[in-house]
Amino acid sequence: MEALIVNVLLAAMVLAIVGIAGQRNLFAAVVLASAYSFLMATVLVALDAVDVAMTEAAVGAGVSTVLLLGALHLVGGAEAKPLHRPWLPLALAAGVGTVLVYGTLGLPAFSDPEAPIHTHVVPRYLEEGPRETGVPNVVTAVLASYRGYDTLGETIVVFTAGAGVVALLRRRRREEKEPRR
Amino acid sequence: MRSDLVLRVIAKLLIPFLLMFALYVQFHGDYGPGGGFQAGVIAAAAIVFYALIYGLAAARRLLSDRLAEALLAAGVALYAAVGLAGLALGGNYLDYFVLGGDPVSGQHRGIFWVEAGVGLTVAGAMLKLFYLFAARGREVER
Repeated sequence: MEALIVNVLLAAMVLAIVGIAGQRNLFAAVVLASAYSFLMATVLVALDAVDVAMTEAAVGAGVSTVLLLGALHLVGGAEAKPLHRPWLPLALAAGVGTVLVYGTLGLPAFSDPEAPIHTHVVPRYLEEGPRETGVPNVVTAVLASYRGYDTLGETIVVFTAGAGVVALLRRRRREEKEPRR
Repeated sequence: MRSDLVLRVIAKLLIPFLLMFALYVQFHGDYGPGGGFQAGVIAAAAIVFYALIYGLAAARRLLSDRLAEALLAAGVALYAAVGLAGLALGGNYLDYFVLGGDPVSGQHRGIFWVEAGVGLTVAGAMLKLFYLFAARGREVER
């Protein structure tokens, strides 16, 4: 049953992607991208990754959609006619996609308990985590405590990205204002 | 949209619950799904919602651009300070065991402040991005 639900959701995601690719109206593309994110969040819930699902729903389906709509407000809602034929990019994307799919054939089967990722440090986190940190949610324990350095790095990435956008958009704004004075 | 009574009333009813849910996700992340990243986005989304219904100027009066920028930096600073607190108390950088009376309470304290730092930075970043995009739209309209 769970496999069926996940497969139906994944098929709907493929439809959303095809819809985005064929869409000339950018507003429809943004809405479809939002629906894609929401389907992804639902898939993650079905896979019991609720923390990631929450992030995907809040960031992908929520705030990104608002930011993309804000950007659309600036650039207009219709896609410009492309200057070149899509065959070379399409062939490149299809080639890379094929290689990636070929790469997944070498991976262990889905949710295989003998997979390397489940036999390395994960048993220790699951067995010792609640005792060592007193935190029942293992995801939080790994994210904030065992992998505290990684999360510090991620927070710095968010900060740097935000600061970069602030620097870019703000300078532009000052230039626009100057002639008026 | 500013004159739409239904939207204004519903927004006013929903926003307190959104903010409360953000706090719940932030501080209940130890026990259930959630944590700083998610809580920061939800809190920012509540303010964005307010801005969409009541206008950008009202949202900026509520939570100014400067405050959003300060949150962006304060979160990282708070996270790094937790690491330094570990050093000051005789442990390694980001060592939570030394932060409390016993190792488990130290871990609790460390995770609490680290997640708070993540939440502040993410909320500041999301809000500032929204403000920048929305403000540019205004200038183009003029």
